[in-house]
Formats: sequence, C-alpha cells, structure tokens
Amino acid sequence: MLRLALKMLFGDTAKYLMLVAGLTVATFLMAQQTAVFCGLMNWTKATLRNVPAPIWVVEEKVEQVNETNPLLDTDVARVRSVGSVSWAAPIYTGIQRVRLENGSFKVIQLIGIDANTLAGAPARMLKGNLADLRLPHSVIIDDLGVQRLAKKRGSKVSVNDVFEINDQEARVVGIADAMNSFTGGPYVWTTYERALQYVPPQRKMLQAVICSPRKGVSAEQAAADIHRETGLKAYVNREAVFEEFLEQVRGGGKPTINFNVSTVWWYIRNTGIPVSFGTTVIIGLLVGIAVSCQTFYSFVLENMRHLGALKAMGATNGTLCLMLLVQAFTVGVIGYGIGLLGTALFAFGALEREQPPFYLPAFVPYVVLAVVLSICFLSALLGIWRVSRLEPAVVFRS
Amino acid sequence: MTPPSPTHAAARVSGVSKSFGDGDSKLRVLKGIDLEVRQGDITMLVGPSGCGKTTLISIIAGTLAADEGQVEVFGKDLRKMTQREVTQFRARHIGFIFQSFNLIPTLTCVENVSVPLLIQGVPHKRAEKRAVEALAQVGMGDFIKRRPAFLSGGQQQRVAIARALVHEPGLIICDEPTAALDAKNGHVVMDLFERVVRGTERAVLIVTHDNRIFHHASRIAGMDDGRIIEVHDIDAEHPPPEHLKQVERL
Repeated sequence: MLRLALKMLFGDTAKYLMLVAGLTVATFLMAQQTAVFCGLMNWTKATLRNVPAPIWVVEEKVEQVNETNPLLDTDVARVRSVGSVSWAAPIYTGIQRVRLENGSFKVIQLIGIDANTLAGAPARMLKGNLADLRLPHSVIIDDLGVQRLAKKRGSKVSVNDVFEINDQEARVVGIADAMNSFTGGPYVWTTYERALQYVPPQRKMLQAVICSPRKGVSAEQAAADIHRETGLKAYVNREAVFEEFLEQVRGGGKPTINFNVSTVWWYIRNTGIPVSFGTTVIIGLLVGIAVSCQTFYSFVLENMRHLGALKAMGATNGTLCLMLLVQAFTVGVIGYGIGLLGTALFAFGALEREQPPFYLPAFVPYVVLAVVLSICFLSALLGIWRVSRLEPAVVFRS
Repeated sequence: MTPPSPTHAAARVSGVSKSFGDGDSKLRVLKGIDLEVRQGDITMLVGPSGCGKTTLISIIAGTLAADEGQVEVFGKDLRKMTQREVTQFRARHIGFIFQSFNLIPTLTCVENVSVPLLIQGVPHKRAEKRAVEALAQVGMGDFIKRRPAFLSGGQQQRVAIARALVHEPGLIICDEPTAALDAKNGHVVMDLFERVVRGTERAVLIVTHDNRIFHHASRIAGMDDGRIIEVHDIDAEHPPPEHLKQVERL
C-alpha cells in the first residue's frame, strides 16, 4: 500500500512539485540564513581568532572585542606581576584608514603587537616572514587585504608593495591567513610601537593586554586572579560552544568569562541582526507551513473519493494514515535534500569568495530536518483528521 | 474464497431502520427493511431517488451502521462485530463497484486491480499476478499498464469489475454500474456479471435506475420511501414487470 501511496503522490506532478518546491524554499531559507547569521557572528569575534592569546585583559566595562576602552601603559606590567600569569604583551587594535598608491582610501583593522615576542601575530603566514615585521615601516596584511588594498580592481598586493597609513609609509612584508573582520576591512599587523605612530595620539593608547597562564594554571583561574589583583576585566579566549550561548539565553545575558561568547552576545543584544535574520528564518518556516499544508490538504481533498473507496474496500484508518504520512515525509525528505543542496552550493560560492559570511554549525541541518519533518507531520495531520472522519459510505453518494 | 458460513442467503437484513439527523431535522431513511440477497443471484434494488437504496447497500456492505434490526452477511451479524472486525470482513468478503468507477487515476490498471489484495496484506508481486489474471478474465488483459484516463468508460468499468473480483469475494455490491455507460457497454458489463455469478455461490447486489439491464436480474426488489414494496423473481418466463421500468415515476 505504501508503494501505491508514493505512486499516487508522484502521479500528481503539479502538487508533488509544489510541495517539494515549498519545502525546498523553506529548507534553504532556514539553513542558509542561519549559516549567514552564524558566519556574521563569527566575524564579530574575528580579532580574537586572528590575535590568538589564551587571555585578553581589557578595561572593566568592556563587553566585546571590537569596542575597547583604553588602558594605562602601566597595566601591562600590572598584569605581568600577577603570579599565575606566564607572559603578558600589549595590543593595539582599532580601525584606521589606508591611502593607496592610486589615491583612494580603504578601511583597515590595525593590530599592533609586541615587537619582542610577536605575541598576537597571525597564526599562519601565506607569504613572507613574520620576523620581518621588526623591519622599519613593515606591516603584514591578511588575504582579504591582498585584493582590497590593491592599486586597482583586479590586481593584487604582493610582498614589498607600499601604501600609507595616516601619511606614513607601510611596506608589506608578509601575507597571513586570517578570518574576515566584522567591519569588512582587512587586518593589518604591525608592531605595537609603530601602530602608535600610525594612529592619532591620545592620552591612553593601550587597548588590551594579552597574556597566558603559567603552566599548571587554567586560563579561567588566571583570569580570575588578574581581575582580583588588578581590577581589570580578564576574559579567556577559547572557542565558544553552543551550551554557553544557551546559558546566556537562560541567564538573561549574565556576565561570562569567555570573550567570544561575550562579544557575540553583545551583538545579539545590541543590534538588529538577530531580528533581521530571525525574521527571514520565520518567513521560511511560514512559507513551508503555508505551502506544504495548503497543497497537501488540497491533495488529500482531491483524493478523498479514492481514499473513501479504499476505506470501503477494507483499508483501515491506520493504513490510510500511514499512506498520508509516507507521502508527506517523502516530499519532506526530497524538499529538504534539495534545499540543503542549494545551501551547499551557496556555501561553496560564499567560502570561495569569503563573503557573505557563512558558517553552518553541525547541529543546524538536523534542526532544519526536524522542523521540515514537523511541517510535513502537520500537513499530514490535517489530511489524517479528514480521512479518519471520512465515512466509507460516502463513496456510494454520487 | 469460500464464504465464512455457507448459507443460501449471502446477505439477509430484517427489520433494519436507519435515521439521519436529530430532533426536528431527524430523517428516517429506512423503515424496517427485510431483504435477502441469495447466492448465485443478481439482485437488483430499484426505486426512485431518495428512497433509501444507497443507505441500504451501505448497511449491507458494512460501511454504515443500522440503528435497528439485524444485518447478516454470510451468516455473520455485522451489528455484533467491532468496527475493526467489520472492516476486515469487508476486505475479505465484499467486492465493490462504484458508479464513477473510483479507479485511482495515477495508478495503472493492474495496480488499481491489485488494491483489494494489497489491503489484505498480499505481497505486491503475488497481488499483481492475480490482478493480471482478473483483468484477463474481464477482457482487459491487453491494458494492464494503461492508466484509467486512457480507457473508455466501458473499459474503466471492466477494470473496476476486475478489482471487485480479484480477491474472490462472496458478495459484490454495485452502485449504478451502468449509469455512466452506453447501452452496448452496459450489456457487456452485465454479461460479465452473469458470467461470474451464475452457477457459483457468489451474489451480486446492484442498485440501479437503468431499466435496460433489468432482464439480467435474478431478483428485483422495488423500494420506495424507505421500504421494500415488492420483490420479483425474474427468469425467462417471468420478465421484469413493466411498471418497474417506470421506476422514476413511482
């Protein structure tokens, strides 16, 4: 009977395609928009990925890495003096403008790192030598900067090319692999001292101190020690796990020690980004529900005469319900598959061009599958309700 | 298939009443019906529209429950069975032919005919093999892979007959089987019925307005206003009464 159910479904080509199309669009919108949202949220904490350090020490009121309040230069020494800290180095981070050789300006994310230890340097160099950062006027740019900081569209920056930051020469000595920044500007690394020369002077210039715990001490413990002894805010810098965000939701945004979580949560609370993406995801869900339920119900209604005949011939309610469920879940799985394939194709393009941001957490496809199957179940339920109330005697009424 | 308890009567109803609605809008459709459908007979139920024919065959088929009276099919009292037992009984012992054929348009003839067997849980291949045989029996052996939309009305009704016969039921219930057919195809269909019934323990109960086919009947029961008003045994010497042919004017 289930084979016949599928033949009945595939035989009604128009409705079958409509159902699959509705569920494909729903799947694509839910998966793709969630992935772009997660990718965008990843970009908000790109500085933490690109400046790898176990602990970030910032001014006490700082909640996210892209908006830091300056510290006193002496705070580096204060952090170093904490017993559980192995090393500490100053960091400058801020948005600056670059003047290219052709006279145009581009926004960059400038990172100044300690020249002695090079703590906070990019983790992976694509070209050039990290140690060359100590040479005069030298900078390292990321792979996005290779295109963005080029003299003209289509050309690429190479090692030894030159541009200006605040009228001061910056010579490219290396190209690094890095995650794109939230602002869209490429990352440019230089030494801390040179960064202070590039940017307009202020009374306090130190943006953060990065440090590492002593051997045998956890980052969390060291961060707690730093906070207790210096009064500064010390965050650990480790990859956020989903449960940490769930905790934020449950706790109403209570302070967290993970700078990644704190940064992402700040954007969730203070920007319209989640509402914007959430609206699209909900639209995807509603499109799926509306198209699927309406079309499947109409499919059931059109087949009511035949379902009544099957019932008269001895098919039980259970058999008919199973047939409807198989039909609904079949279009669900096919629509989901095509929708996810569309998302994958989008992902290939996005990852190749490194934008728009795209990050699909492993659990998302499972959640989307569960949602799509729930939509199918809801659609089938309407039909089941009608079929279970259908009197087999109805087939004798013309 | 052998009926569960062979009796001369395939179906027997006595004192059957049925009403629809409640209170002031309550409509009494059947008023103490007594009728016997005999094995080996083609019994026709005739009468004007709204006289209760369809309700009566629905009750005999077990697709509708009677309010009062006794409904026995092959010696089993349907009113004493649970809904599930009635459904199973119907699947095994009753074949249906509907006025508008009710063939599923997206299935081929052989798939349509195999449906009653699949409902009983017969494996797909065996069901299709028997469906092919049933289609050959009604002269549709060359059309097994066709879909109903590509068949004439007469051919579709023959497929529906094959579907009603494939699981070898003891009782075949037909609702206006020739209403959608021209005279020639109507007779082809009735000849088929005669072929599958005569000399067997099978019974056919037909609701019809089509007086062109009355001479195919073994018995004709006339209904009016929820009652059986007359029953005639038909044979070569006793043709259908002329007044029954004016049935719509009753």
